[in-house]
Amino acid sequence: MNFAASPVLALTLPTWRSRLLLYVFIACFAVLLGRAVYLQGLNNDFLQAKGESRYSRVIEIPANRGRILDRNGEALAISTPVKSIWAIPGEVRPSERQLARLGALLEMSPREIENRLAETGRDFVFLKRQIPPEVAERVAALHIPGLFQNREYRRYYPSGEVAAHVLGFTGVDDIGQEGVELAFQDGLAGKPGSRRVIKDRLGQTVEDVESIKAAQDGHDLALALDARIQNLAFSQLKAAVAQHRAKAGGVVVVDVDTGELLALANFPTYNPNNRHKLAGAQLRNRALTDTFEPGSTLKPFTVALALEGGRVRPDSVIQIAPGSLSIGASTIHDAHFERSLTVAQIIQKSSNVGAAKIALALSAESMWEMFRDVGFGAAPGLGFPGEAAGKLRPYRNWRPIEQATMSYGHGISVSLVQLARAYSVFARDGELIPLSMLRVDMPPPARRVMARRTAGAVRAMLEMAVNRGGTAPRAQIMGYRVAGKTGTAHKQENGVYAADKYVSSFVGFAPASHPRLVIAVMIDEPSAGRYYGGTVAAPVFAQVMAGALRVLDVPPDGPMQPIELPPEGEEVKESV
Amino acid sequence: MIRRLLERLTAKIDGPLFALVACVLALGLATLYSAAYQAPGRVGAQALNVLLALVLMWVAAQIPPQVFMRYALPAFVLVLVMLAGVALFGDVRNGARRWLPLGFASVQPSELMKVAMPLMLARYFHRHEAALRLREYVVAFALLAVPTAMIARQPDLGTALLVAAAGFYVIFLAGLSWKVIAGGSAVVLASLPVLWGVLHDYQRRRFLTLIDPSSDPLGAGYHIIQSTIAVGSGGITGKGWLGGTQTHLEFIPERATDFIFAVYSEEFGLIGASLLLVLYLALIMRGLMIAANAPTFFTRLLAGSITLTFFTYAVVNMGMVSGLLPVVGVPLPLISYGGTSLVTLFLSIGILMSIQHHRALVQT
Repeated sequence: MNFAASPVLALTLPTWRSRLLLYVFIACFAVLLGRAVYLQGLNNDFLQAKGESRYSRVIEIPANRGRILDRNGEALAISTPVKSIWAIPGEVRPSERQLARLGALLEMSPREIENRLAETGRDFVFLKRQIPPEVAERVAALHIPGLFQNREYRRYYPSGEVAAHVLGFTGVDDIGQEGVELAFQDGLAGKPGSRRVIKDRLGQTVEDVESIKAAQDGHDLALALDARIQNLAFSQLKAAVAQHRAKAGGVVVVDVDTGELLALANFPTYNPNNRHKLAGAQLRNRALTDTFEPGSTLKPFTVALALEGGRVRPDSVIQIAPGSLSIGASTIHDAHFERSLTVAQIIQKSSNVGAAKIALALSAESMWEMFRDVGFGAAPGLGFPGEAAGKLRPYRNWRPIEQATMSYGHGISVSLVQLARAYSVFARDGELIPLSMLRVDMPPPARRVMARRTAGAVRAMLEMAVNRGGTAPRAQIMGYRVAGKTGTAHKQENGVYAADKYVSSFVGFAPASHPRLVIAVMIDEPSAGRYYGGTVAAPVFAQVMAGALRVLDVPPDGPMQPIELPPEGEEVKESV
Repeated sequence: MIRRLLERLTAKIDGPLFALVACVLALGLATLYSAAYQAPGRVGAQALNVLLALVLMWVAAQIPPQVFMRYALPAFVLVLVMLAGVALFGDVRNGARRWLPLGFASVQPSELMKVAMPLMLARYFHRHEAALRLREYVVAFALLAVPTAMIARQPDLGTALLVAAAGFYVIFLAGLSWKVIAGGSAVVLASLPVLWGVLHDYQRRRFLTLIDPSSDPLGAGYHIIQSTIAVGSGGITGKGWLGGTQTHLEFIPERATDFIFAVYSEEFGLIGASLLLVLYLALIMRGLMIAANAPTFFTRLLAGSITLTFFTYAVVNMGMVSGLLPVVGVPLPLISYGGTSLVTLFLSIGILMSIQHHRALVQT
């Protein structure tokens, strides 16, 4: 085409003008074509990748966290689906009305929401996490652009504060923070999966393209815990702590046959479903992480060691008079005056002088070995975070006075779980079994730490301690024979024993003829006047033991007659 | 009988031009169907617009060029008055005052100016053909400047640009001295800083983001980045009709109107884009041929201006979508959704056909 050739046009349109036009023309189209070739032919890999990145996303599919169940399958921790509302601050422009409705749904003031959205420079802010799906649906119905939702799981603990310390809790990211939730995080958590999806500009999933990795839900975890016994233990403990105006307390229930922890209760506690205003004191799983000087509950181990070596027999008579024993600059006292006691009576009436005298006849090394063999000085190995090992000093540094006081549980510290476990040795005829937080189908092999005869002899003494002449008549249960030992110890404060602060405890097992459960009870700083283990801790033991034996359908082995208790204040006083 | 009627009907329609227009229209409707998948009603509405525009084109083709010349001045004055009316009583839509409510309908006088401007200037130069001196050019520039300024103030930069172009082409084709062109260019270049100050903020941003779209990828650069990606995603062969992911996932803004070329390019690729360029090129060539064959100064100027304006439309739109030119509201001729621009375009094409048909019938 050459319109410049037209004679008519040529008259008025000079050649350069038409030429120029034509060149401009061709140049423009050439540039456009060149651009098209550049974008579509040369640079298209880059631009296609860019384009794909705009719509193709890999999203994470959260795995459902495994449930935590008690030994009978009752749910202790479950995950419920919830939604989280998040926003791209720059894109959210709600109207007055939308803002008001959103605020009402999220239980936030419109001002609060606006403050969140004012965080400029961020592409992502959570408005509210873990809201019920119904509420999330109503938020979605507001159709506010720039507002998005995430599916998450929220942990719910049906038993509330009862088993709080055992279970622990998860954080807002569904990761275990305490207790079983933390200890067994890997198994419970499962593995999140991922999917490739196509999303439109508003971030809505348009098409589900492929599953890259399926989400693996976490495994359910069956605990050794028995929810019924746990409930019982907790409610009795709570009542006792209140009654004695104590600072804290704990109860541990161990299955003698399997080493399973059937209950572990602490007070103070907290509600894991509502963790606002949570204090550190409430969070501590004291029975496992705190240690205390146990006091007289350690006397049976000293006596067992002496019986093992053949140094004494249960009916060997030890002179107690004058009711005190001086070692170096220190003097050991008994609370009640007796001229002499048999070895069995030393346990029954909890004589410090008797225990010390027996201890001084033993070598420090053998005592240390006995304590170590029954599990003191080493963490019990349940897999829990922060399990305490307690204090068991090397025997080489023991002075005679220390060896003497250690025989009745001073200068050594243990946790309540360690104490319960150590008593299972007497209950199991001299064997120590590993404890387990999880349900055990096949009991693990036990380790013999003392002769069957020794354990049987100590059991008989522990039964005497619970009977009328002992320190703990209030530990008796109708229909069952009970064996156990009280402990009452001054608390140490800044390295000195405080005159008016006690730890009262009781450890025992039943039925004594064929022990099934070991229960350890500890009440920290009872301050309502009474502080003896026999009056403060033993009744808790009796209540929990009676209920637990009933729950487990354990056949009675004792006379079915009402328990006779000595008049208040006239029971045998324990040496402190 | 029917044949006779058909012959009568098509007698004044230019065959090659109509065939090319039909091809582009078909491509346009197909692309619109894909781009407006969420609002299927738009395809029907656009088809109705096309039908209306075709009727208008037919009517325009029947009217001899002399009639157009006769009414050029009244038409120009009328549109100018309407523009003044817009400035005084116009409706504000999307932040711009462009629409004049007339009771029965709202019209966009700036669109009408796209036709009235070249008509007026062509008539003016035709009248003064005998002695074109500097004075005539000055008057012509004044006639061009007033409506352009009024449209630019609405603000509607795209339409102002097209109106100015249409008028300028007439002046250029009328034989404006290259000295004046060179001088004018120098003045324009020199006044760029002043112009920069007059521009609206959003208009300035568009120029700046053209230079570096990534400087504001979520704001002003968004359109350019998204459309460039869509064009590039098409590759050589395209993703196929209805297969454009960027389009269908709503990543392309204004995908049925100003940015429809991005949809087209993504779905039909380099091959499709080249085909469209060739079709436009052929259309423009045919228009220039008509201009070259035009018998009078008026018709020649008019046809040349119409064709070059069409060229400007296409180049500016495609340049904008592919990221070469700043974003101004210029639709892709015969393809973008929208009745007004379609009507003025077909009116122009009808005038072209009229010029072509009546070339021999006019005494010179």
